[in-house]
Amino acid sequence: MNTQNTLLSPELSAEALKKIDREVAKYPADQKQSAVMAALVIAQDEKGWLSKETIAAVAGYLGMPPIAAYEVASFYNMYDLQPVGRYKLTVCTNLPCALSGGVHAADYVKEKLGIDFNETTPDGKFTLKEGECMGACGDAPVMLVNNKRMCSFMLPEQIDALLAECK
Amino acid sequence: MALIDTINPLLTTGWARGDAGWSLKDYEARGGYAQLKRVLSSKMTQDDLIAEVKKSVLRGRGGAGFPTGLKWSFMPKAAPEKYVVCNTDEGEPGTFKDRDLLRFDPHSTIEGMIIAGYAVGAKRGYNYIHGEIFEIYQRFEEALDQARAAGYLGNNILGSDFSFDLFAHHGWGAYICGEETGLLESIEGKKGQPRYKPPFPANFGLYGKPTTINNTETFAAIPFILGMGAEAYLNLGKPNNGGTKLFSVSGHVNRPGNYEVPMGTPFAKLLEMAGGMRGGRKLKAVIPGGSSAPVLPADVMMDCTMDYDSIAKAGSMLGSGAVIVMDETVCMVKALERLSYFYYEESCGQCTPCREGSGWLYRVVHRIEHGQGRAEDLDLLNRVTDNMMGKTICALADAAAFPVRSFIKHFKSEFEYHIENKKCLVDPEVQKMGSGFFKAGAA
Repeated sequence: MNTQNTLLSPELSAEALKKIDREVAKYPADQKQSAVMAALVIAQDEKGWLSKETIAAVAGYLGMPPIAAYEVASFYNMYDLQPVGRYKLTVCTNLPCALSGGVHAADYVKEKLGIDFNETTPDGKFTLKEGECMGACGDAPVMLVNNKRMCSFMLPEQIDALLAECK
Repeated sequence: MALIDTINPLLTTGWARGDAGWSLKDYEARGGYAQLKRVLSSKMTQDDLIAEVKKSVLRGRGGAGFPTGLKWSFMPKAAPEKYVVCNTDEGEPGTFKDRDLLRFDPHSTIEGMIIAGYAVGAKRGYNYIHGEIFEIYQRFEEALDQARAAGYLGNNILGSDFSFDLFAHHGWGAYICGEETGLLESIEGKKGQPRYKPPFPANFGLYGKPTTINNTETFAAIPFILGMGAEAYLNLGKPNNGGTKLFSVSGHVNRPGNYEVPMGTPFAKLLEMAGGMRGGRKLKAVIPGGSSAPVLPADVMMDCTMDYDSIAKAGSMLGSGAVIVMDETVCMVKALERLSYFYYEESCGQCTPCREGSGWLYRVVHRIEHGQGRAEDLDLLNRVTDNMMGKTICALADAAAFPVRSFIKHFKSEFEYHIENKKCLVDPEVQKMGSGFFKAGAA
């Protein structure tokens, strides 16, 4: 029940606020805004995506104008300003990855899931995104799962295993 | 991807045990933090330390190749509040060395940053880590905790009167934050839009205070330089190109990965270390320094040595040391289309020539690739780049222009073929085979 309330309310849980406090402590006392990127990540992890209300709650907590937090949330690629599936898969298709199958890997996932980039499967399980360089070109094809887990050398067999593992 | 091969390992000495050799006790066991101890216990002067780094001719490993010691010397002595910032926002397509540096040996970067803090008189530092490598960010945070617990970070380090603390700032997906002033804006909790220069960060940096920003590999080299002596380090490479360098080799080679070799190593040797061409196919072109560097045809590249001066003489840039290898299965129009899309997507939108120009470049290359090209398009592309280069706050516009100009210059006939015949010169089935994604026969 608590989880449900947390998801629906723009307010962040005490645990999330504690994590944000840890980030704030990294910066000079008069520079709380420096923690906004991390705070938005913490909020996104908790809520699944960033609504305007959630962004405003983060801004309020850090004592900055909501628009300043929204500027940050809309500038960086990995913030989700729309709901996404339980598993967001981001495939790098940039040139170094493409030379080792990045585009083919993305095509393979599209076919398996029956969706294109920026779409979510009807059951709400998967969202597929096209990514830019992840700084792991030697491991191509590479994919990110929910922004934080990097998967390397994703040939058909490895992609099948990853999709099967996502419950 | 762990390192696969090396000549004269320095930066990669700690990589041998992969994920098992990164922690503080491992680093100390291989001589780690000895140089910090020596600097502090001998009360080395800031000037002597900077002079030593200058003598090594360590040049910035992030791409620009600016002499590190000189950069440090720009920091005003009297300022009460200064910062040291490390740029691990490694998003230049083809570059993946800093990720492995922080993964397998995070303490060399930490020690290098503490020593840099001592040299420029800063009490606080930040390492900005690329958004897509969360696991590496976590490891670096853990390494910072270890260093703090051991007294290498914090107040009165190792009983000296020098205090310095260091924190990690995690990015969240913006190529532009690799530009140093965009990175500073990002640490300040804003959009990562680059600032006008001057003033340079040494005068007006993080929170408006004097700031030294270097690449991860640059900081990581510092303890090794002090350990072996600047002259010995310089002599590992060639004059004006000191030391060893990490090269990230990607694309059509048998063993993509990071290779540490002395500056001046022939490209042919590096290619051989990377296992040679995949499937024994023929080398077509190489982008020697990350996607922003001009592409070079195979024969020009085979005559180059891997150092700033040789690559510059051949008409490109050593950049970040990202060597993107392309074989004969590549359609150069399609390759350029993908790079142009990248710059279009990542332009921060601040300067009109870049925001609009990058879109023009992508759309025109896209239409050529898709059989809609016009005879005048190649001239048009060059004219658009003329209106971008040198006309913006940061170098992203130039970075978008270099690939376009160099691809057209060296592979013009392939572009013309595309425009006239409305298809690739390289058969699509041949292109498909090149990536190695499909098992032979299953494609």
